[in-house]
Amino acid sequence: MSNPLLTYTRRRYGMDHDRYRWSMLQDRPAVRWPGGKPLALWINMSVQHFPLSGEKPQVAPPGALTMPYPDLRHYTLRDYGNRVGIYRVLAALEDAGAVASVAVSGQLAQRYPTLMERLAATGSEWLGHGWNMNAVHAGDLDPERERQWIGDTLAALEPYAPQPITGWLSPGRLQTALTPELLAEHGLGYHCDWVNDELPYAFDTLKGELTCLPSSLELDDVFVLTNNLHSEDSYCQQVIDAADLLIDEATRLQSGRMLSLNLHPWLVGQPHRIQTVRDILSALLVERGEAIWNAAPSAIIAAAQSA
Amino acid sequence: MPKTELDLYPYQSWEERPQITWPNGAKLAFWVAPNIEFYELEPPDNPYRKPWPHPYPAVPGYSIRDYGNRVGHQRQMALLDKYGIRGSISLSAALCEHHPEIIALCAERDWEFFSHGIYNTRYTYGLSEAEERSMIEDAMATIERAVGKRPAGYLAPALSHSDHTIDLFAEAGGLYTCDLFHDDQPTPVRTRGGQRFVSIPYSLELNDTIAFVVQRMEPRRYGEIIRRAFDELLAEGAQKGTVMCIPTHNYQVSCPHRLRAFEEALAYITGHPDVWVTTGREIADHYLAHYYDAAVDAAGGFT
Repeated sequence: MSNPLLTYTRRRYGMDHDRYRWSMLQDRPAVRWPGGKPLALWINMSVQHFPLSGEKPQVAPPGALTMPYPDLRHYTLRDYGNRVGIYRVLAALEDAGAVASVAVSGQLAQRYPTLMERLAATGSEWLGHGWNMNAVHAGDLDPERERQWIGDTLAALEPYAPQPITGWLSPGRLQTALTPELLAEHGLGYHCDWVNDELPYAFDTLKGELTCLPSSLELDDVFVLTNNLHSEDSYCQQVIDAADLLIDEATRLQSGRMLSLNLHPWLVGQPHRIQTVRDILSALLVERGEAIWNAAPSAIIAAAQSA
Repeated sequence: MPKTELDLYPYQSWEERPQITWPNGAKLAFWVAPNIEFYELEPPDNPYRKPWPHPYPAVPGYSIRDYGNRVGHQRQMALLDKYGIRGSISLSAALCEHHPEIIALCAERDWEFFSHGIYNTRYTYGLSEAEERSMIEDAMATIERAVGKRPAGYLAPALSHSDHTIDLFAEAGGLYTCDLFHDDQPTPVRTRGGQRFVSIPYSLELNDTIAFVVQRMEPRRYGEIIRRAFDELLAEGAQKGTVMCIPTHNYQVSCPHRLRAFEEALAYITGHPDVWVTTGREIADHYLAHYYDAAVDAAGGFT
């Protein structure tokens, strides 16, 4: 039968593509985190610029402007994150002694150097997060354009980043068919866009190997609070339930697990939400501090790869 | 031409049911149906339904479903082991080829495998009757080759159907369908070939993907609605004999922030007496052996 709906060209062992090898988390060699702690905690703060106008991306990322021009409500709500919210989140992180990475829109470097300097002073690991939130790597985007967005982003952020940037989180965790190659071509070491695992794993490109460090979408603050419309208390509960389950599983199976949290200052930096951030940090770093190794993404990748 | 009536089962009110008694006098037959699915990164375009909301590569949708197989599967399996539950797998048959390790883990535990088509990115839509027959047979044969037993049940891939789906599955040797949501007891289903064929209650309301993706439910509330459904069905089961199914997906309920609420619900259910913890096929076999004929007679026969 020649109906393409019944033709299967990649029905075979393993994956139906060549990006990574198939394996189950529970079947891999055990991972040991420093100090023998069961759970690694990766906190990332996504620091984003949503342009007021310009070409609409092929896929709207979470938080995108939605109203006819000029969409003042969403533009300024997002800008609030970079003016006000982020300083609340930074204070919460610093008060808790938390280690967090920052994924930054490249265009923010020229727009808000004061914020860049403040972020640089935290010593956090920096990740490229696209040129801005309209620069979405999706669909049949022109590869030259995509290459330029990546290059421009890294060039804009490098002067502020405390260390050379090796990580990348695409806007909306979206990719084109070429994104992994372009990231490798720019010398990056890891991306966080494929949410198919809870530990770093090897990700193949035609330009050399990357690591994928999955940034959980299902526990992302925007996903829980604005996509699912869950309450702040439920969000906190979900993070705690996840941490407890992973600590238990890691202890039972004698292999480290990872919890990734992605925070958006324009959302959780609102005055009615910031206490939830403090509650989460306290539940993780104080109440479960003995079980949790809170570390930067590169440190987590290095520890996982030494398994 | 679309039919104006479904014509698969006669009307029968909930007030006028014969008592079904499950093995050992149980009032409620309880089964868990983990969907173990493979979604393709680059499926063919189907003219009737788009497999992915995003242009190729649909990284968000594809990668979370892959998470279900890479991470979620063994996590839910450990939980079902803990509560003595054998899963009834709604299986994308191609997973036998892609991920035989998962099949082996389920087979070791004597879990049931029923057919869920070839891939969850391939629909019944757009197929001729002969093509649908060949797709159904391909899935049955693939699963039979992998596990040594022909599937008895069918949940059409991605719940995509034609007017022939039930008939074709009965003709392929199937015993039960999960595609009908009209009842809380098994019911006979009319087939053109007159095969003895039944509907076994699955559930969309308690399906984790419907709860978490469509209704965007908080995880703890999902545990709560499961317990409420159970309390009601167990109470009614004393007079009627009822079936309760929880369909799950390893990319939903097995996420670490959701599994605890599900575990609490399973502990609650399996902690009750009068519950037959079983599989879809065992429910179908029991019903066919003891209740099917009387139910068809009560309906005046299928003619």
